[in-house]
Amino acid sequence: MYEGAVQDLIDELGRLPGVGPKSAQRIAFHLLAADPADVRRLVNALVEVKDKVRFCTVCGNVAEADQCRICLDPRRDPSVICVVEESKDVVAVEKTREFRGRYHVLGGAISPIEGVGPDDLRIRELMTRLADGEVTELILATDPNLEGEATATYLARLCKPMGLKVTRLASGLPVGGDLEYADEVTLGRAFEGRRLLDV
Amino acid sequence: MSLYRDEGVVLRTQKLGEADRIITLLTRQHGRIRAVARGVRRTKSKFGARVEPFGHVDVQFFVKGSDFPGRGLPAITQVETLAAFGAPLVSDYAAYTAGTAMLETAERLTDHEGEPALQQYLLLIGALRTLAARAHEPALVLDAFLLRSLAVAGYAPSFGDCARCGLDGPHRFFSVPGGGAVCGDCRPAGSVVPSPETLDLLGALLTGDWAGADASETRYRREGSGLVAAYLQWHLERGIRSLRLVERSS
Ligand SMILES: [Zn+2]
Ligand SMILES: [Zn+2]
Repeated sequence: MYEGAVQDLIDELGRLPGVGPKSAQRIAFHLLAADPADVRRLVNALVEVKDKVRFCTVCGNVAEADQCRICLDPRRDPSVICVVEESKDVVAVEKTREFRGRYHVLGGAISPIEGVGPDDLRIRELMTRLADGEVTELILATDPNLEGEATATYLARLCKPMGLKVTRLASGLPVGGDLEYADEVTLGRAFEGRRLLDV
Repeated sequence: MSLYRDEGVVLRTQKLGEADRIITLLTRQHGRIRAVARGVRRTKSKFGARVEPFGHVDVQFFVKGSDFPGRGLPAITQVETLAAFGAPLVSDYAAYTAGTAMLETAERLTDHEGEPALQQYLLLIGALRTLAARAHEPALVLDAFLLRSLAVAGYAPSFGDCARCGLDGPHRFFSVPGGGAVCGDCRPAGSVVPSPETLDLLGALLTGDWAGADASETRYRREGSGLVAAYLQWHLERGIRSLRLVERSS
C-alpha cells in the first residue's frame, strides 16, 4: 500500500478493464515520472470524452452530436442495418470497407447469468427503426461466442414476422491458417456457413 | 507440481487480464473447480471455443503443489471436446435460457470447490443432453433438473404423501417451507392450493415420467414452474439470476 494520492490513482486505474494491480502500479509510477504537460493532455482527453461524447439517438453509436457521423451521412444505404454489440465493433466493421449501410449498437449481448436480458439492450429501439419498412436487410454481427449467438437467435426470431432478409456474419477459419490447426467448434461452424462456389 | 485430468462441464467463464479467462467447471471427480485458461480470448487460441459454457470437455489441469485444486487457481493445459452442447442450444432461445439456468443452479448447489458431486454432475450432463436433443419442452427439462438437483442436495420435495407426517396423498395443500404437499392437519400458515394436475406434473418430472409430463397442459406447466422456482429460492440464499429470463411457453 502507498500513501494517499498514489494509492488512490492505483485504485482508480485498477478498476479499468484488463488492468490488474501490477499494471495499475506500473502506469501510476509512469504517470508520476512523466512530463506534467503530457499528463495534462491525458487529463483533458478524459474530461473531453465525458463532456463531448454522447450516444447517437438513432443507432446508439458514440457521437459528438445528436446523431453519429454514419447516421448523418446521406451516402450510407438506409435499407441495410448491421447490428453489433458495442461501438468498437462499428470501428472494426468500418475498417473492412465492405459495408455501406448503417449500424445499430445494442450495448452488449443477452447474458442471463449476468442478469442481462433483452429488455436491458437497445432492442426496442431497433424494432422502432424497422417499423417503417425502409430497412430490408438486417445483418447480425454480434460476437461469435455463445452470448453473441444467442442474441442473434433472439433477434432473428423477433424479426421473422417482419419479412426482412436477416443474415448472420459467417464465422469460420482464420485467413492465413492451416485447416488442421482449427478447433472443432470453429471448423464445425465453417461447415455450417459454407457457400456455393460459382465458377 | 502435478497434472490432474478430469472431465467436466463448463458452467461459467470470466475475463481475466488481457487475454485469459477463469473457467468454472463441474467435474466428474473433483466437483466444482475454477481454473485459469491462458490466452483463450485471442482469436488464434486453439482451445478458446472449447471452454465456453455448455462445453462438455476432457481437461488437464496443472497445479503448483500436490493438492488439487490446492491454493491458487490451477491452470488448464489441455482441453478436448467430448460434446459441444452450446451449438444446439444457442440456436433455440428457450433452450438456451433454460440451459443457462441449469448451469447457474449447478454452480450454486455445489457449495465447496473440489468436493466431489458426482450425482449433480451426472444430472447436469443428462439434462443438457435431453435439452440439446429437443425431445421435450425446454422449461419442462429445466424444472425436472431443478427438482432432481434439489433432491440430490437433500431437499427433495413431496408431491404425494404429506411432507410432514407422511400421511398417504394426494393432498390439496402445498407449502414451500413445509417441504411440498401437506395434509390438512399439518399445513402451515401460508400454504397454497395448486391444481391437482400441477402436483401430478411435478411428481412426474421428479420421477422422470416423461410421457405424463409431455401430456400436461400449459397452465399446469406454468403453475408448476412457479412452485419449483419458489421452492428453489427457499433453499438457496440468493435467487438464481437467470431464472427470471427463462423463456416459457405462453
Ligand atoms: Zn448513429
Ligand atoms: Zn400431515
